[in-house]
Amino acid sequence: MSPLRFVYSFLLVLVTLARGASVRADPQPIALPDLGQAITEGDLAGYFAIPPSGAGLPPGGGTPAQGELAYANHCAACHGDKMQGMPALGAPALTGGRGSLATGKPIKTVESYWPYPTTLFDYIKRAMPFDAPGSLTNDEVYAVTAYILASGRVIESSELIDASTLPKVAMPNRDGFIPDPRQH
Amino acid sequence: MTVIEMAKRNSTGGPDECPCREGMFPRIPQGRRALLLGGGSTVAAGLANAVTAAPTSAPPGAVWYETPPDPTKVQGRPVGSDGGYGTRSQFESAVRRVYSPANLYTSGSLTPLADMIGNTTPSGLHYERHHNGVPTIDPTRHTLVVHGEVRTPKRFTMTDIRRLPSVTRRHFLECSGNTYPEWLAPTGKTVQSTHGLLSTSEWTGVQFSVLAREVGLKFEGGWVLAEGADSAVMTRSIPVEKLMRDAILAYGQNGEAIRPEQGYPLRLLLPGFEGNTNIKWLRRLEVSDKPFMTREETSKYSDLMPDGKAWQFVFEMDAKSVITFPSGEMRLPGAGYYEITGLAWSGRGRVSKVEVSTDGGANWTAASFDNSPEPICTVRFRLPWMWNGQKAVLLSRCADETGYVQPSREQLLAARGANAYYHYNGIQSWYVAPDGRITNVAA
Ligand code: HEC
Repeated sequence: MSPLRFVYSFLLVLVTLARGASVRADPQPIALPDLGQAITEGDLAGYFAIPPSGAGLPPGGGTPAQGELAYANHCAACHGDKMQGMPALGAPALTGGRGSLATGKPIKTVESYWPYPTTLFDYIKRAMPFDAPGSLTNDEVYAVTAYILASGRVIESSELIDASTLPKVAMPNRDGFIPDPRQH
Repeated sequence: MTVIEMAKRNSTGGPDECPCREGMFPRIPQGRRALLLGGGSTVAAGLANAVTAAPTSAPPGAVWYETPPDPTKVQGRPVGSDGGYGTRSQFESAVRRVYSPANLYTSGSLTPLADMIGNTTPSGLHYERHHNGVPTIDPTRHTLVVHGEVRTPKRFTMTDIRRLPSVTRRHFLECSGNTYPEWLAPTGKTVQSTHGLLSTSEWTGVQFSVLAREVGLKFEGGWVLAEGADSAVMTRSIPVEKLMRDAILAYGQNGEAIRPEQGYPLRLLLPGFEGNTNIKWLRRLEVSDKPFMTREETSKYSDLMPDGKAWQFVFEMDAKSVITFPSGEMRLPGAGYYEITGLAWSGRGRVSKVEVSTDGGANWTAASFDNSPEPICTVRFRLPWMWNGQKAVLLSRCADETGYVQPSREQLLAARGANAYYHYNGIQSWYVAPDGRITNVAA
C-alpha cells in the first residue's frame, strides 16, 4: 500500500467511526439485494425456444423421406398413419383443413392454421412424442418436421429442412393472425 | 366434431349428480361419494348406483371417523391425531371434476363453484389445466434462469427467490377455454361444467420488477418467454410491459407453498391474463425484442373469427359473472325465500356492479357484495329473492371499473362468430321450473 493510500484508508476509518451512530439511526435503503448467480452462455445449453427468425436452430437436418420412417416409429401410433389424428387419444390431425378456416366447420392443423414453420420444430423437439418428450435427435426432429410439411404440401417432397431452410418455409396461413383488436 | 357435439360428449350429470340444496341444509354425502377418487367422471357415474350403504371411507381430502349418536357423550379425538395437518370434514364431498377425459395428461379439472363459500377457492379445489401432467419437482434442485436482453444473466435458487422482497395479492385465474361449450347454445348441466375453470387464491411471491433490477433488464418494451419445467415444457411470450406492471413470481398460495397442480415450487402470475400464460413450474425467462410464436400462442389460445383470421395474444379476461345458487341440476324444495348468489370478476380491474334478473332480463336489480371488490379478483354477489313457485329465468350481468359491461351470447356471436372457442363471457341464464328444477337455458 502506498503511503498516500494508507493515509486515505486511515481517514476513512476515522470518518466511518465518527458517523457510526448516525448510520445506525438512519439506515440507507438497500439499492439492490443482488441475489442469484451470474451465468454464461454455457449454462444455457440445455434450453431452447425457436422464434420465426430461426435463431437457436441446432445443426443437423432431414428430408421428408427420412422423416417418414421416424414418423411411423414415433408418431403414427397417436396421430394416425395419414396424420388424420386420433380424437380418442386427444391427438390432433396434423394435416388437412386447408381453406376451411372461414367456413362453419374450420379444421385447424399445421397445414391449414399454423403461421410459422419454426413453431413446428420447436414444439416437436419440446413436447413430442407425447409419451417420451425430448427423446428425438435433432436430425429426427428436422426429418419429421419435413415429413409433416411435405405431407401438407407446404414443401416439395425432396426438400432438405435445416437451420437455414426451415425459417424460409412459407406457411399457407402465414397472414392469418392479427393482434387482439379488443378496445377497452 | 362441432363445439356442441364436443360439449355434449364432455358433459356429465343427470339426476344422480343433483347437487340439490334441499331447504338450504348441507347435503349428506351418499355412500357413492366416498368412491369418487377424483378421476374421470364417467367412472363416478358408473359407480353411482352401485353403493348405497352408509359410507365407511371419507371423500378425497377427508378422513373417515365413526360418528357417535351424541358427540357430547364420548370423548373427541385427541389433539395432534391428524399428524399435524388437518383435513376437511368427512361430510364435505365437493370435488374437482374432469369433463373431457380423452387424454388425462392434457386435460382439465373444474372447480365445484356451486359448493364454494365466500370468495377464496380452497387450494385443493383450484381448477387444473395441464398439458402433460403434473411434474414432481424438488425445490432444492429447482432454479429459475433469467437471460436474453439483460445485463447480467442469472440463475436463482428457490432460496434466492424467497429472500427477495415479496407481495401478497388476491386474484382470480380463469382458463380462456372456460365456458366454451356455451358459445352456440346452453350445453353444460351444472355451473361446475359451464364455469368451473375459474378459481381465486391469495398469491405470494416476488414482483417481476424486482427481479428485473437483479438482472438489469435492458428495455421496458419487448417480450419475455416464460417456460415451465413440466414435460410439456410449456412456453408463452409475455409483453415486458405487463410483467413490469404487476406480474408476480408466486411461491405461495392461500398461506402455504403453492400446490403441485398450481406450479410448485414457482409459477408466473399475470393478474387478469388468460390462465395458460401464468406459466407453472417456472424455470426460465428469456427477454427478447419479439414474441417467440410458440405453439400455445399460435395453434392454440388464438380466437378464430368468421372471416378466417385469428386474434392472437388475446390476454385480458373480459368481465364475467355467473349465478352459482340456484344453478343447473339443483332443485328448490318449494316457493319461498332464497338468496341468489354468484361470482363476478374482471381481468381489467375491479367489478363495479352486478345486476340480477329473475324474469329473463326484462327487469334488473343491483346485487350486493359479500366482500369489497379488489382489482382483478372475484367478488361474491347476492340478492334476496322470494320465489312465488312460478317459472323464472335467472340472469346475472356485471360491469367493471373500465365501464365494460358483460355481453349476451347474441352480442358475442354477432361480434366474434361461432368459431372463436376461447374467451366466452356471455350472460348465463338458469331456468327455474315450477317443480323447482334448475336447467341451463337460453334467456
Ligand atoms: C402418445 C401419443 C402421441 C405420440 C406418440 C405423439 N403425439 Fe403429438 N400429440 C399428442 C397429443 C395428445 C397432442 C395434443 C397435446 C396438447 O394439446 O396438449 C399432440 C400434439 C401434437 C402437435 C400439435 C398439433 C396442433 O395442431 O397443435 C404436433 C405438431 C405433434 N403432436 C407432432 C407429433 C410428432 C411429430 C410426433 C412424433 C415425433 C408425435 N406428435 C407423437 C399425442 C402424441
